[in-house]
Amino acid sequence: MSDKSHDPNQMTGAAMIVRALIDHGVTDIFGYPGGAVLPIYDEIFQQSEVQHILVRHEQGAGHAAEGYARSTGKPGVALVTSGPGATNMVTPLTDALMDSIPLVCISGQVPTHLIGNDAFQECDTVGITRPCTKHNWLVRDVNDLAKVLHEAFYVATTGRPGPVLVDVPKDVQFATGTYHPPRKSDVHRSYAPRVKGDATQIRKAVSLLAGAKRPVIYSGGGVINSGPEATKLLRELVEVTGFPITSTLMGLGAYPASGKNWLGMLGMHGTYEANMTMHDCDVMLCVGARFDDRITGRVDAFSPGSKKIHIDIDPSSINKNIRVDVPIIGDCANILGDILQVFKAEAKKPDIKSWWQQIAQWRARNSLYYKKSNDVILPQHAIQSLFQATRGKDTYITTEVGQHQMWAAQFFGFEEPHRWMTSGGLGTMGYGLPAAVGVQVAHPNSLVIDIAGDASVQMTMQEMSTAVQYELPIKIFILNNQYMGMVRQWQQLLHGNRLSHSYSEALPDFVKLAEAYGAVGLQVTKPADLDGAITEMIAVKRPVLFDCRVAALENCFPMIPSGKAHNEMLLPEQANDEATAKAFAGGKALV
Amino acid sequence: MNQPASAYFIEERHDPNETHTLAVLVQNEPGVLARVIGLFSGRGYNIESLTVSETEAQKHLSRITIVTTGTPMVIAQIKHQLDRMIPVYQVVDMTQTKRSIERELAMVKVRGQGEHRVEALRLADAFRARVIDATTESFVFEITGNTDKINQFIDLMRPLGLVEVSRTGVAAIGRGPEGM
Repeated sequence: MSDKSHDPNQMTGAAMIVRALIDHGVTDIFGYPGGAVLPIYDEIFQQSEVQHILVRHEQGAGHAAEGYARSTGKPGVALVTSGPGATNMVTPLTDALMDSIPLVCISGQVPTHLIGNDAFQECDTVGITRPCTKHNWLVRDVNDLAKVLHEAFYVATTGRPGPVLVDVPKDVQFATGTYHPPRKSDVHRSYAPRVKGDATQIRKAVSLLAGAKRPVIYSGGGVINSGPEATKLLRELVEVTGFPITSTLMGLGAYPASGKNWLGMLGMHGTYEANMTMHDCDVMLCVGARFDDRITGRVDAFSPGSKKIHIDIDPSSINKNIRVDVPIIGDCANILGDILQVFKAEAKKPDIKSWWQQIAQWRARNSLYYKKSNDVILPQHAIQSLFQATRGKDTYITTEVGQHQMWAAQFFGFEEPHRWMTSGGLGTMGYGLPAAVGVQVAHPNSLVIDIAGDASVQMTMQEMSTAVQYELPIKIFILNNQYMGMVRQWQQLLHGNRLSHSYSEALPDFVKLAEAYGAVGLQVTKPADLDGAITEMIAVKRPVLFDCRVAALENCFPMIPSGKAHNEMLLPEQANDEATAKAFAGGKALV
Repeated sequence: MNQPASAYFIEERHDPNETHTLAVLVQNEPGVLARVIGLFSGRGYNIESLTVSETEAQKHLSRITIVTTGTPMVIAQIKHQLDRMIPVYQVVDMTQTKRSIERELAMVKVRGQGEHRVEALRLADAFRARVIDATTESFVFEITGNTDKINQFIDLMRPLGLVEVSRTGVAAIGRGPEGM
């Protein structure tokens, strides 16, 4: 007994949790206290290595941790209580699962003997979060806790990254047991993600690439998740092959938007040149993307004439939506490195001059065209102005979900990875503001801007209070059109212009709201005042709500109408009522 | 077909469905079966039959045998989705190996008298079903075999006074000296 009391590895479960965070290099966590996590909060109080950011709602903690993770490449950590604390985490966990973001959530649970009793603030947390985590654990014995915590970090950050949850009953937090630092045997023997690509497949891929006449590289968030080496190699591959490159929403920044081979984003609201290149290519190299339905358009008409190479660390991404010819399972960086090595040794740059000429013709259609106005601010113009004003600055962008998100993706150029935080897979309105909180915590001296919509931003507005408390000078740049713009756009296009509940009759006065929170409120209504107001916003070293009043009825183009293929895009100049009606005729028949 | 008014690209797939038997080796830990079943319900896959039991107690290994149907693309998805679960060691498509033996056990209760009773007993004998319980007016038969054989036996018992059936679901193992 007396020996054990001097063993520094003997500690309570609550102390183990804080110790494990430190051992995994965690410096900041996001959370909200409650009955079932009080022992952990007591430990947090008595140390200074891990900074805890108190959010205003657990969903905010989850998205903040996501923003932190996406902007640093490190896992984000959230701490929540049992019951409602845990259920409020379901959205961020699902969001992180869809976008492959490493997230470690620690939740409190009612004491072991009360589990199953409908105790106060009890819920079946592992049951509820099983489908929205990569893996989760309920720890019933304090002596399992260290192993589980270490495994949780390992699972979250390796292979295809994702969210994990560790549910810790309160009696386990109080109980004393033996802690051990992370070690290899902590991990399930059944978990061994494949990193290295198959050499035969890599040779097949190189031979396809070397023989391509109309190639395209289509990259995704996997490249960014893989780390800086993958980005570097992707850029090198583009340089060595001279191929055009497009990217998904999640992959923006892996290849610089100013790069000469950049086609812009692809997919539903991607550029005409990106989608046409995808449609007409003969060889497609998909790196760390998953042929999502927003990307492919009509599946049976997706890039019909191409041989497809697919690099992905998750075997279940292969042939899920689109049949590919050369799947390569493994880590992007590893495989890109191998491809480059073989390509440089055995192939030479294919002559694709005529392909580039074709692409130049598509580019000339200027698919992101919009008509500026002197009277009213166009949302696209607002984002372009914001982009110009932040050029050369150390800037991070988050977004909410909707039209503003697509305009941000179209008009804000990203030069580096980890600079663009958006909810891609789940499409979570309310993601951007708390994500900005997380990004700013990770990068206290950088310029962090949430490009927001007036509807989305109200879903997690309470986190302004967090920003004010921790003096996080986030800028919430609201493109305020008083509508749920994307909902309205679809209602206009597909539901006979019946704008059912997509108009916000009673918006708050965002300037007063900012002031009420102790932040700064700015409003701009005239195009002439826009640049000045943006400069002022950037100069303010406090949180800002920027109410940018924009043209209310502007819609987001170009777009692939539902049920159409990449080569059937609706371009802005065609988006008059008649053409729109025709493009959506199939849909209208059933309206 | 006209597209319905939807933001999704709804497409019918016309590939024919196939039935596959999958053997899944998992770490026997709390919730592992819920994970597997949740995967099937969450992603809309079919389960025709499911059996699970610990097979190696020392190593905490359980073996789950699942009979499922789907297009070849869906079957491939199911295997990959199972394989990427953390506590799953291995997924083997027993149907694809073409070298597997599948068996199911059923207990079949039949109630009747006179000719029906004699006929039931005679058929049971022909199917190599054993009598494991008997009263003057009933039998419980135990029958082992593949799914088709058991279905056939149950069909024959129906007019002879079938009361109820309890089936284990399919267990499968590969032929030859090698393990999975």
